[in-house]
Amino acid sequence: MNSPILAVAGRVLLPLALLFSLYLLWRGHNEPGGGFVGGLVAAAGFTVHALPRGREALLRALRWPPTGIAATGLVLALLSGLPALLGDSAFLTHQWHFWPNGFGLGTTLLFDIGVYLAVLGAVCAFVGFYLGDDAAP
Amino acid sequence: MPLTLAVALALLGAPVLWALLRWRAALAGLAWLLPAALFVVFATRWAPVRDSGAVVELWPWIPSLGISLALRADGLSLLFALLITGIGTFIFLYAARYLHGHADLARFFARLTLFMGAMLGAVLADDLIALLVFWELTSLASFLLIGFTPEQAASRRSAQQGLLITVGGGLALLAGAVLLGQATGTLRVSELLAMGSLAELPAAPWIIVLVALGAFAKSAQVPLHAWLPNAMVAPTPVSAFLHSATMVKLGVYLLARLNPAFGEHALWTGLLLTAGLATMLTGALLSLRETDLKRVLAYSTVVSLGTLVTLIALPHPLAASALVAFLIVHALYKACLFMVAGIVDHEAGTRDSTQLRGLARRMPLTAGIALLAGLSMAGLPPFVGFVAKELVYEAQLTATASWLPVAIAIAANAVMVAVAGVVTVRTFWGPLRPTPQTPHDPPLALWLGPALLAALGLVLGLAPGLAGALVASAASAVAGHATGATLSLWHGLTPMLALSALTFALGLAILRGWDRLHRVLVAREAIRRHGPDAAYDRAMNGLARLATWQTQRIQSGSLRRYVGATLAVVGLALGATLFTQGALAWPSLAGAASLHALLPALLVLAALAVVRAEGFVRGIVAAGMVGFGLALVFLFHGAPDLAFTQFSVEAVAIVVLLAVVARMPFATPDRRPAGQRRRDALIAIGFAAVATLVLLSVLATPFDARLSDFFHAASVPEAHGRNLVNVIIVDFRALDTLGEITVLALAALAAAAVLAGTRRRAADRAEDTE
Repeated sequence: MNSPILAVAGRVLLPLALLFSLYLLWRGHNEPGGGFVGGLVAAAGFTVHALPRGREALLRALRWPPTGIAATGLVLALLSGLPALLGDSAFLTHQWHFWPNGFGLGTTLLFDIGVYLAVLGAVCAFVGFYLGDDAAP
Repeated sequence: MPLTLAVALALLGAPVLWALLRWRAALAGLAWLLPAALFVVFATRWAPVRDSGAVVELWPWIPSLGISLALRADGLSLLFALLITGIGTFIFLYAARYLHGHADLARFFARLTLFMGAMLGAVLADDLIALLVFWELTSLASFLLIGFTPEQAASRRSAQQGLLITVGGGLALLAGAVLLGQATGTLRVSELLAMGSLAELPAAPWIIVLVALGAFAKSAQVPLHAWLPNAMVAPTPVSAFLHSATMVKLGVYLLARLNPAFGEHALWTGLLLTAGLATMLTGALLSLRETDLKRVLAYSTVVSLGTLVTLIALPHPLAASALVAFLIVHALYKACLFMVAGIVDHEAGTRDSTQLRGLARRMPLTAGIALLAGLSMAGLPPFVGFVAKELVYEAQLTATASWLPVAIAIAANAVMVAVAGVVTVRTFWGPLRPTPQTPHDPPLALWLGPALLAALGLVLGLAPGLAGALVASAASAVAGHATGATLSLWHGLTPMLALSALTFALGLAILRGWDRLHRVLVAREAIRRHGPDAAYDRAMNGLARLATWQTQRIQSGSLRRYVGATLAVVGLALGATLFTQGALAWPSLAGAASLHALLPALLVLAALAVVRAEGFVRGIVAAGMVGFGLALVFLFHGAPDLAFTQFSVEAVAIVVLLAVVARMPFATPDRRPAGQRRRDALIAIGFAAVATLVLLSVLATPFDARLSDFFHAASVPEAHGRNLVNVIIVDFRALDTLGEITVLALAALAAAAVLAGTRRRAADRAEDTE
């Protein structure tokens, strides 16, 4: 799909989509958002970017093979469940740490990053399936 | 703790060794330190085991199901652990030299170490489920090792055959273990055995058949033996370690372990005796057909495995001692002879026993080692093989009144004598024949292991008391009560001595007529055509044909047919349930006629637009409108997360679909005949109607707020998050999510594989047309 409009739009949209996806990922635990939606939004950004440029451009923009990204996501999600085993909790019982000012960080974030990467990688793998090899400008 | 540590070290050793050897292949020369260190660990456990009977280490695993990672070392387990790590040490030393310079050295040692860890886990496990996990892991490791040279078709076939047979047996064993656990209320082996005889259990026959099936597959009992000789395509260290000395004994181990529980059941003794004796005869007969040194030895291993299984079934306490003694003896000489066969192959360039004669002149050291091991195999004094054979005969003579087992044992042992003669005497003595390469004695790393194993056979023969306590301890575990047997070289002039002499004389006769017997047996085509190996091929071909047939039946290749069939089936099933169960209900629609009713109206219009759309682009856009409309419904009804996701999914889907349509030549979008259009319409409308009715009935059901109340109450205090949907996804139901993203990642992987395949085919086509 050799469309200059789409090509320019993609260049603008990709960074915005990525930023927005990270924002969604971060706020997901308390406000609407989360790793699943975040991953989808990021994947949408990459898709729009890659549509006029072809498969090679998608792989270049991702830097990693999509299946590798999905696998990394799986590993991260798996890892997030392990700290619980050090205590006497069951696998995937998330552990939290709270600072005195009330700011908390839990292994849920790691799990959500895993979901984000798994969705991003999987969707990009499917999208890559449908894109042509034509590396148009 | 030491037992757990040893098993964990071996399992973790696999990736560590892999990384180390990738870094510096020369480190392979030091890999033997790992099994050697583990051997020392197990050796230090001997004193506590001797004093207290057993060492137990218990780790909770799945307490809700009564499954634990229990490790327990008694005499029998410890004997196996010592054999595995002891022989493993020599094998590792040997393999580093044997595969010197091999490109896949790191992978080889990683797999070998993985196997060792799995094997240790299996013989030490005191929990049936843990035992099964390790059991299957040994099958997998064996698969990887047999298939070490995947570019050869024989290697792939043998690896697959071994895997299918042993894992198939493992499945039977799993069923048996579950039945056993249900019937007794415990999965701990030691607790089972403490209950005394389980022969009275109603489920005992089923358990016995299933457990025996698993053990027979693993220990190559007739007719499940075909995979073992075929596994000889693996590198020689693998054959020596897995397929003679250790893994194939795992089935024997399990039978011996459970013998105290089922030994009084007639089915148990009957099954084991029949299979063992049949295996002895078959192995002996088939070993005469072979010319490859390794395959000859493999069939003699089959004979030995049959002997071991027979001994388990004999009800006499002496049989347990004979079993344990023969187990040690066989491991010593068979591992040694396999390594010798590997040395001959390495040096002379062939393993064909018809070409190898008189090698002693070129490699006197190897010849000496082979002779020592061969004499032990032939059961001649003063080697430990003689001690064991005397015990075996004594057990058979005293335990059964029937002459048949003894006759079969004499025949099989005579063939063993002949095999020992073919592998050692005939190969190394007589006039020298030219071989593809000029052989020499191998370097130290290759001959040291076999030499020590062979020497041990002589030392233990001269002083059998050295192993006496360990044998007695292991034999007590097999018999289920203390056995007082002692090992000794000289029993006096007994019937057993006469049988030994008879066996030896018969063996010499077979050795003299070996070539003639070989020709006669090879000429019998029926053995090959109707043997279990051919049956395996027929079964595999039949499976492939069945798969092809049913794929052609079900997979028409038309997406429209698939969607139609799916919707029709789901619609009919849902509709039938709805009507027959009387679940139809009509919700109160008060308040439905508000402003929000506009949205459903728009949705209906968009749906109609999809149906009426001409061309794919319009259809996709209209379908997108339906999706976005649904997202709005979610948004207005307090599900912003759902709406968000729906928006994103729709956006990606529309963009991708448009990209596909833009690339593909869809000239005439719809070429269905009118009849098919009507049928498709009927399916669509019917499904839509059922779906509507289901949704209405759901709405009419009073809302059960227990779950949502729980999540509302627990979300912040327990999961520290206010977004319920996300908290459920990442915390309360995180395991489900993990499963879902696993499916997602696997689907992506499959798509990537398909993509690579289609691209390659397209590239091939492009090349062809050029």
